[in-house]
Amino acid sequence: MNTLEFTSLITLVSIAAGFLGSLTGLGGGVVIVPVLTLVFGVDMHYAIGASLVSVIATSSGAAAAYVREGWSNIRAGMFLEIATCLGALVGAYLTGVVPVRAIAIIFGVVLLWSAWTATRARTSRTDADAKPDRAAAFLRMDGTYPAADGLRHYRVHNVPGGFLVMLLAGGLSGLLGIGSGALKVVAMDQIMRLPFKVSTTTSNFMIGVTAAASAGVYLSRGYIDPGLSMPVMLGVLGGSLAGAKLLAGSQTRVLRWVFGAVVVALGLEMVYSGIRGTL
Amino acid sequence: MNAKYTDARLDITLGHLLRTGVILSACVVLTGGILYLTRHGNTHPQYGTFRGEPQSYRNILEILAGVFSGSGRAIIQLGLLLLVATPIARVIFSVYAFLRERDYLYVAVTITVLALLLFSLLTPHS
Repeated sequence: MNTLEFTSLITLVSIAAGFLGSLTGLGGGVVIVPVLTLVFGVDMHYAIGASLVSVIATSSGAAAAYVREGWSNIRAGMFLEIATCLGALVGAYLTGVVPVRAIAIIFGVVLLWSAWTATRARTSRTDADAKPDRAAAFLRMDGTYPAADGLRHYRVHNVPGGFLVMLLAGGLSGLLGIGSGALKVVAMDQIMRLPFKVSTTTSNFMIGVTAAASAGVYLSRGYIDPGLSMPVMLGVLGGSLAGAKLLAGSQTRVLRWVFGAVVVALGLEMVYSGIRGTL
Repeated sequence: MNAKYTDARLDITLGHLLRTGVILSACVVLTGGILYLTRHGNTHPQYGTFRGEPQSYRNILEILAGVFSGSGRAIIQLGLLLLVATPIARVIFSVYAFLRERDYLYVAVTITVLALLLFSLLTPHS
Protein backbone atom coordinates (compact mmCIF):
# COMPACT_ATOMS: atom_id res chain seq x y z
CA MET A 1 0.00 0.00 0.00
CA ASN A 2 1.51 3.36 -0.94
CA THR A 3 1.05 6.61 0.96
CA LEU A 4 -1.80 7.85 -1.22
CA GLU A 5 -3.82 4.63 -0.73
CA PHE A 6 -3.00 4.48 2.97
CA THR A 7 -4.06 8.13 3.45
CA SER A 8 -7.34 7.59 1.57
CA LEU A 9 -8.19 4.53 3.63
CA ILE A 10 -7.38 6.28 6.93
CA THR A 11 -9.53 9.25 5.83
CA LEU A 12 -12.54 6.98 5.18
CA VAL A 13 -12.14 5.16 8.50
CA SER A 14 -11.78 8.49 10.33
CA ILE A 15 -14.92 9.91 8.70
CA ALA A 16 -16.85 6.83 9.87
CA ALA A 17 -15.36 7.09 13.38
CA GLY A 18 -16.20 10.79 13.65
CA PHE A 19 -19.69 10.27 12.31
CA LEU A 20 -20.60 7.38 14.61
CA GLY A 21 -18.75 8.97 17.52
CA SER A 22 -20.82 12.13 17.38
CA LEU A 23 -24.11 10.26 16.84
CA THR A 24 -23.52 8.12 19.89
CA GLY A 25 -21.89 10.78 22.05
CA LEU A 26 -18.88 8.56 22.67
CA GLY A 27 -16.59 10.74 20.55
CA GLY A 28 -14.73 9.59 17.46
CA GLY A 29 -11.30 9.69 19.08
CA VAL A 30 -12.13 6.70 21.22
CA VAL A 31 -11.95 4.22 18.32
CA ILE A 32 -9.12 5.85 16.34
CA VAL A 33 -6.28 4.44 18.45
CA PRO A 34 -7.55 0.83 18.49
CA VAL A 35 -8.31 0.88 14.76
CA LEU A 36 -4.92 2.36 13.84
CA THR A 37 -2.98 -0.03 16.05
CA LEU A 38 -5.01 -3.25 15.69
CA VAL A 39 -6.07 -2.97 12.04
CA PHE A 40 -3.35 -0.86 10.42
CA GLY A 41 -0.41 -1.91 12.59
CA VAL A 42 0.48 1.69 13.44
CA ASP A 43 2.74 2.17 16.47
CA MET A 44 0.84 3.12 19.64
CA HIS A 45 2.58 6.48 20.10
CA TYR A 46 1.86 7.72 16.58
CA ALA A 47 -1.74 6.55 16.93
CA ILE A 48 -2.18 8.36 20.25
CA GLY A 49 -0.70 11.55 18.75
CA ALA A 50 -3.02 11.52 15.74
CA SER A 51 -6.05 10.74 17.90
CA LEU A 52 -5.36 13.62 20.30
CA VAL A 53 -5.20 16.07 17.40
CA SER A 54 -8.61 14.91 16.14
CA VAL A 55 -10.02 15.29 19.67
CA ILE A 56 -9.02 18.98 19.76
CA ALA A 57 -10.65 19.56 16.37
CA THR A 58 -14.02 17.97 17.21
CA SER A 59 -14.20 19.50 20.68
CA SER A 60 -13.55 23.03 19.44
CA GLY A 61 -15.89 22.56 16.47
CA ALA A 62 -18.76 21.33 18.64
CA ALA A 63 -18.11 23.74 21.51
CA ALA A 64 -18.51 26.64 19.10
CA ALA A 65 -22.17 25.68 18.68
CA TYR A 66 -22.94 24.85 22.33
CA VAL A 67 -21.32 27.92 23.85
CA ARG A 68 -23.63 30.18 21.89
CA GLU A 69 -26.72 28.37 23.12
CA GLY A 70 -25.81 29.16 26.73
CA TRP A 71 -25.63 25.60 28.04
CA SER A 72 -22.03 25.41 29.24
CA ASN A 73 -21.10 26.40 32.77
CA ILE A 74 -18.01 28.43 31.91
CA ARG A 75 -16.92 29.04 35.52
CA ALA A 76 -17.13 25.40 36.57
CA GLY A 77 -15.42 24.37 33.33
CA MET A 78 -12.59 26.84 33.75
CA PHE A 79 -11.95 25.88 37.38
CA LEU A 80 -12.00 22.15 36.61
CA GLU A 81 -9.62 22.71 33.69
CA ILE A 82 -6.90 23.29 36.28
CA ALA A 83 -7.42 19.65 37.30
CA THR A 84 -7.72 18.22 33.78
CA CYS A 85 -4.66 20.13 32.50
CA LEU A 86 -2.51 19.03 35.45
CA GLY A 87 -3.67 15.46 34.91
CA ALA A 88 -3.08 15.71 31.16
CA LEU A 89 0.52 16.88 31.62
CA VAL A 90 1.25 13.98 33.97
CA GLY A 91 -0.55 11.53 31.64
CA ALA A 92 1.36 12.78 28.58
CA TYR A 93 4.65 12.24 30.42
CA LEU A 94 3.57 8.74 31.44
CA THR A 95 2.85 7.79 27.80
CA GLY A 96 6.60 7.70 27.21
CA VAL A 97 7.29 5.65 30.35
CA VAL A 98 4.42 3.16 30.65
CA PRO A 99 4.94 0.01 28.52
CA VAL A 100 2.78 -0.19 25.37
CA ARG A 101 1.16 -3.41 26.68
CA ALA A 102 -0.07 -1.63 29.80
CA ILE A 103 -1.37 1.31 27.71
CA ALA A 104 -3.30 -1.18 25.55
CA ILE A 105 -4.90 -2.83 28.59
CA ILE A 106 -5.86 0.51 30.19
CA PHE A 107 -7.24 1.64 26.83
CA GLY A 108 -9.34 -1.50 26.51
CA VAL A 109 -10.77 -1.09 30.00
CA VAL A 110 -11.64 2.57 29.30
CA LEU A 111 -13.41 1.52 26.05
CA LEU A 112 -15.48 -1.13 27.83
CA TRP A 113 -16.34 1.27 30.63
CA SER A 114 -17.39 4.01 28.14
CA ALA A 115 -19.66 1.59 26.27
CA TRP A 116 -21.21 0.54 29.57
CA THR A 117 -21.89 4.13 30.80
CA ALA A 118 -23.35 5.08 27.41
CA THR A 119 -26.06 2.44 27.69
CA ARG A 120 -26.96 3.03 31.34
CA ALA A 121 -30.17 4.87 32.20
CA ARG A 122 -29.56 8.29 33.72
CA THR A 123 -30.93 9.45 37.01
CA SER A 124 -30.89 13.19 37.28
CA ARG A 125 -29.52 14.38 40.59
CA THR A 126 -30.02 18.10 40.14
CA ASP A 127 -31.62 20.01 42.96
CA ALA A 128 -32.21 23.75 42.81
CA ASP A 129 -33.49 23.97 46.39
CA ALA A 130 -30.54 22.25 48.07
CA LYS A 131 -28.41 24.13 50.58
CA PRO A 132 -25.63 26.06 48.86
CA ASP A 133 -22.31 24.26 48.81
CA ARG A 134 -19.55 26.36 50.39
CA ALA A 135 -16.86 25.78 47.77
CA ALA A 136 -19.31 26.15 44.89
CA ALA A 137 -20.63 29.40 46.39
CA PHE A 138 -17.12 30.79 46.86
CA LEU A 139 -16.31 29.88 43.24
CA ARG A 140 -19.72 31.22 42.05
CA MET A 141 -20.41 28.05 40.07
CA ASP A 142 -24.19 27.90 40.47
CA GLY A 143 -25.78 28.60 37.12
CA THR A 144 -28.80 28.60 34.87
CA TYR A 145 -29.74 26.81 31.69
CA PRO A 146 -32.32 27.60 29.01
CA ALA A 147 -35.58 25.65 29.45
CA ALA A 148 -38.92 25.96 27.67
CA ASP A 149 -40.24 28.27 30.41
CA GLY A 150 -37.19 30.52 30.63
CA LEU A 151 -33.89 30.18 32.51
CA ARG A 152 -33.79 27.47 35.15
CA HIS A 153 -31.46 27.67 38.13
CA TYR A 154 -29.28 24.84 39.48
CA ARG A 155 -26.78 24.37 42.29
CA VAL A 156 -23.34 22.80 42.14
CA HIS A 157 -22.16 20.34 44.80
CA ASN A 158 -19.01 18.50 45.94
CA VAL A 159 -16.37 20.57 44.15
CA PRO A 160 -13.39 18.67 45.68
CA GLY A 161 -14.80 15.31 44.57
CA GLY A 162 -15.36 16.61 41.05
CA PHE A 163 -11.84 18.06 41.00
CA LEU A 164 -10.32 14.68 41.90
CA VAL A 165 -12.23 12.81 39.20
CA MET A 166 -11.20 15.53 36.73
CA LEU A 167 -7.53 14.92 37.61
CA LEU A 168 -8.07 11.28 36.62
CA ALA A 169 -9.97 12.26 33.45
CA GLY A 170 -7.11 14.56 32.43
CA GLY A 171 -4.56 11.85 33.20
CA LEU A 172 -6.34 9.32 30.98
CA SER A 173 -6.70 11.92 28.23
CA GLY A 174 -2.96 12.60 28.28
CA LEU A 175 -1.99 8.94 28.56
CA LEU A 176 -4.32 7.61 25.84
CA GLY A 177 -4.82 10.58 23.49
CA ILE A 178 -8.60 10.57 24.00
CA GLY A 179 -11.03 13.26 25.14
CA SER A 180 -12.16 11.41 28.31
CA GLY A 181 -15.58 12.98 27.78
CA ALA A 182 -17.50 10.17 29.49
CA LEU A 183 -15.51 10.49 32.72
CA LYS A 184 -15.75 14.30 32.66
CA VAL A 185 -19.51 14.00 32.39
CA VAL A 186 -19.60 11.59 35.35
CA ALA A 187 -17.61 14.08 37.44
CA MET A 188 -20.06 16.89 36.72
CA ASP A 189 -23.38 15.12 36.39
CA GLN A 190 -23.06 12.42 39.07
CA ILE A 191 -20.64 13.97 41.57
CA MET A 192 -21.16 17.71 41.27
CA ARG A 193 -24.80 17.22 40.29
CA LEU A 194 -24.95 19.60 37.33
CA PRO A 195 -27.83 19.04 34.89
CA PHE A 196 -26.96 16.39 32.31
CA LYS A 197 -26.92 18.62 29.24
CA VAL A 198 -24.90 21.26 31.10
CA SER A 199 -22.42 18.49 31.96
CA THR A 200 -22.06 17.20 28.41
CA THR A 201 -21.66 20.64 26.84
CA THR A 202 -19.25 21.84 29.52
CA SER A 203 -17.28 18.60 29.12
CA ASN A 204 -17.07 19.20 25.39
CA PHE A 205 -15.88 22.71 26.08
CA MET A 206 -13.13 21.39 28.40
CA ILE A 207 -11.91 18.57 26.16
CA GLY A 208 -10.07 20.89 23.75
CA VAL A 209 -8.17 22.69 26.50
CA THR A 210 -7.31 19.41 28.22
CA ALA A 211 -6.04 17.93 24.97
CA ALA A 212 -4.04 21.08 24.21
CA ALA A 213 -2.21 20.53 27.52
CA SER A 214 -0.95 17.13 26.31
CA ALA A 215 -0.37 18.28 22.73
CA GLY A 216 2.76 20.29 23.54
CA VAL A 217 4.36 17.30 25.25
CA TYR A 218 3.37 14.97 22.38
CA LEU A 219 4.70 17.37 19.76
CA SER A 220 8.05 17.85 21.39
CA ARG A 221 8.42 14.08 21.92
CA GLY A 222 7.70 13.41 18.25
CA TYR A 223 4.34 11.56 18.61
CA ILE A 224 2.53 13.83 16.16
CA ASP A 225 3.26 12.67 12.62
CA PRO A 226 1.98 15.06 9.94
CA GLY A 227 1.32 12.38 7.33
CA LEU A 228 -0.81 10.32 9.72
CA SER A 229 -2.46 13.14 11.67
CA MET A 230 -3.67 14.92 8.52
CA PRO A 231 -6.21 12.29 7.34
CA VAL A 232 -7.25 11.45 10.92
CA MET A 233 -7.91 15.07 11.88
CA LEU A 234 -9.72 16.03 8.68
CA GLY A 235 -11.70 12.78 8.57
CA VAL A 236 -12.86 12.78 12.19
CA LEU A 237 -13.73 16.49 12.03
CA GLY A 238 -15.73 16.11 8.82
CA GLY A 239 -17.47 12.97 10.05
CA SER A 240 -18.42 14.43 13.41
CA LEU A 241 -19.80 17.64 11.89
CA ALA A 242 -21.95 15.54 9.56
CA GLY A 243 -23.05 13.40 12.52
CA ALA A 244 -24.01 16.47 14.54
CA LYS A 245 -26.13 17.76 11.64
CA LEU A 246 -27.94 14.45 11.35
CA LEU A 247 -28.43 14.15 15.11
CA ALA A 248 -31.23 16.71 15.06
CA GLY A 249 -34.24 14.41 15.23
CA SER A 250 -33.19 11.18 13.57
CA GLN A 251 -33.40 7.49 14.37
CA THR A 252 -30.04 6.59 15.86
CA ARG A 253 -30.93 3.58 18.03
CA VAL A 254 -29.61 0.99 15.62
CA LEU A 255 -26.44 2.99 14.94
CA ARG A 256 -25.90 3.37 18.67
CA TRP A 257 -26.01 -0.36 19.17
CA VAL A 258 -23.76 -1.03 16.20
CA PHE A 259 -21.20 1.48 17.38
CA GLY A 260 -21.50 0.23 20.97
CA ALA A 261 -20.77 -3.30 19.75
CA VAL A 262 -17.75 -2.06 17.78
CA VAL A 263 -16.43 -0.25 20.87
CA VAL A 264 -16.86 -3.36 23.04
CA ALA A 265 -15.13 -5.57 20.45
CA LEU A 266 -12.21 -3.14 20.13
CA GLY A 267 -11.98 -2.87 23.92
CA LEU A 268 -11.76 -6.65 24.34
CA GLU A 269 -9.23 -6.88 21.50
CA MET A 270 -7.08 -4.14 23.09
CA VAL A 271 -7.04 -5.92 26.46
CA TYR A 272 -6.25 -9.23 24.75
CA SER A 273 -3.44 -7.76 22.62
CA GLY A 274 -2.05 -6.04 25.68
CA ILE A 275 -1.98 -9.27 27.68
CA ARG A 276 -0.40 -11.20 24.80
CA GLY A 277 1.98 -8.35 24.01
CA THR A 278 1.28 -8.36 20.28
CA LEU A 279 1.03 -4.59 19.80
CA MET B 1 -23.53 46.88 32.47
CA ASN B 2 -25.66 43.85 33.17
CA ALA B 3 -23.39 40.86 33.91
CA LYS B 4 -25.73 38.34 32.24
CA TYR B 5 -25.84 40.41 29.09
CA THR B 6 -22.04 40.65 28.97
CA ASP B 7 -21.72 36.89 29.56
CA ALA B 8 -24.03 36.09 26.66
CA ARG B 9 -22.18 38.43 24.31
CA LEU B 10 -18.83 37.00 25.31
CA ASP B 11 -20.18 33.50 24.65
CA ILE B 12 -21.06 34.49 21.09
CA THR B 13 -17.61 35.96 20.45
CA LEU B 14 -16.11 32.80 21.96
CA GLY B 15 -18.12 30.64 19.58
CA HIS B 16 -16.83 32.62 16.60
CA LEU B 17 -13.26 32.36 17.86
CA LEU B 18 -13.44 28.57 18.18
CA ARG B 19 -15.08 28.11 14.80
CA THR B 20 -12.61 30.38 12.98
CA GLY B 21 -9.65 28.59 14.58
CA VAL B 22 -10.87 25.14 13.55
CA ILE B 23 -11.74 26.17 9.98
CA LEU B 24 -8.43 27.98 9.50
CA SER B 25 -6.41 25.06 10.81
CA ALA B 26 -8.33 22.52 8.71
CA CYS B 27 -7.63 24.60 5.58
CA VAL B 28 -3.92 24.82 6.35
CA VAL B 29 -3.73 21.06 7.11
CA LEU B 30 -5.55 20.30 3.86
CA THR B 31 -3.19 22.52 1.84
CA GLY B 32 -0.15 20.87 3.38
CA GLY B 33 -1.73 17.45 2.87
CA ILE B 34 -2.28 18.01 -0.83
CA LEU B 35 1.33 19.16 -1.27
CA TYR B 36 2.58 16.18 0.72
CA LEU B 37 0.51 13.65 -1.24
CA THR B 38 1.38 15.04 -4.67
CA ARG B 39 5.08 14.73 -3.80
CA HIS B 40 5.15 11.61 -1.65
CA GLY B 41 2.00 9.74 -2.64
CA ASN B 42 4.05 6.90 -4.14
CA THR B 43 6.29 6.28 -1.13
CA HIS B 44 5.50 3.58 1.42
CA PRO B 45 4.37 4.68 4.86
CA GLN B 46 6.36 3.36 7.82
CA TYR B 47 4.34 3.65 11.00
CA GLY B 48 4.92 0.20 12.45
CA THR B 49 7.75 1.11 14.77
CA PHE B 50 8.16 4.29 16.73
CA ARG B 51 11.18 6.31 15.78
CA GLY B 52 9.90 9.73 16.78
CA GLU B 53 9.48 12.61 14.40
CA PRO B 54 12.61 14.45 13.24
CA GLN B 55 13.32 17.73 15.03
CA SER B 56 11.97 19.67 12.05
CA TYR B 57 8.41 18.54 12.94
CA ARG B 58 8.73 18.85 16.72
CA ASN B 59 9.79 22.38 17.41
CA ILE B 60 7.73 25.49 16.62
CA LEU B 61 10.62 27.49 15.12
CA GLU B 62 11.78 24.59 12.96
CA ILE B 63 8.22 23.98 11.75
CA LEU B 64 8.01 27.64 10.68
CA ALA B 65 11.34 27.33 8.88
CA GLY B 66 9.97 24.28 7.05
CA VAL B 67 6.84 26.17 6.05
CA PHE B 68 8.93 28.88 4.42
CA SER B 69 10.86 26.28 2.46
CA GLY B 70 7.52 24.94 1.16
CA SER B 71 7.49 21.54 2.92
CA GLY B 72 4.02 19.95 2.79
CA ARG B 73 4.52 18.15 6.09
CA ALA B 74 5.71 21.33 7.82
CA ILE B 75 2.55 23.09 6.57
CA ILE B 76 0.45 20.26 8.06
CA GLN B 77 2.29 20.71 11.38
CA LEU B 78 1.61 24.47 11.19
CA GLY B 79 -2.09 23.70 10.75
CA LEU B 80 -1.98 21.38 13.76
CA LEU B 81 -0.22 24.10 15.77
CA LEU B 82 -3.05 26.49 14.84
CA LEU B 83 -5.48 23.85 16.05
CA VAL B 84 -3.69 23.55 19.40
CA ALA B 85 -3.60 27.35 19.58
CA THR B 86 -7.41 27.55 19.27
CA PRO B 87 -8.29 26.38 22.80
CA ILE B 88 -5.32 28.39 24.09
CA ALA B 89 -6.71 31.51 22.40
CA ARG B 90 -10.03 30.69 24.05
CA VAL B 91 -8.32 30.69 27.47
CA ILE B 92 -6.51 33.99 26.74
CA PHE B 93 -9.82 35.48 25.68
CA SER B 94 -11.37 34.30 28.96
CA VAL B 95 -8.66 36.08 30.96
CA TYR B 96 -9.70 39.28 29.22
CA ALA B 97 -13.40 38.56 29.71
CA PHE B 98 -13.03 37.95 33.46
CA LEU B 99 -10.83 41.06 33.77
CA ARG B 100 -13.57 43.13 32.21
CA GLU B 101 -16.07 41.69 34.67
CA ARG B 102 -13.57 42.49 37.49
CA ASP B 103 -13.84 38.87 38.54
CA TYR B 104 -10.27 38.61 39.85
CA LEU B 105 -10.75 35.16 41.35
CA TYR B 106 -11.44 33.78 37.88
CA VAL B 107 -8.70 35.88 36.32
CA ALA B 108 -6.35 33.93 38.62
CA VAL B 109 -8.01 30.58 37.78
CA THR B 110 -7.76 31.26 34.06
CA ILE B 111 -4.13 32.42 34.23
CA THR B 112 -3.28 29.16 36.05
CA VAL B 113 -4.80 27.14 33.20
CA LEU B 114 -2.98 29.32 30.65
CA ALA B 115 0.34 28.80 32.43
CA LEU B 116 -0.11 25.00 32.29
CA LEU B 117 -0.88 25.16 28.55
CA LEU B 118 2.08 27.40 27.75
CA PHE B 119 4.39 25.21 29.83
CA SER B 120 3.34 22.24 27.71
CA LEU B 121 3.69 23.98 24.36
CA LEU B 122 6.74 26.21 24.85
CA THR B 123 9.17 24.12 26.90
CA PRO B 124 11.01 21.14 25.44
CA HIS B 125 9.98 17.79 26.95
CA SER B 126 12.38 14.91 26.54
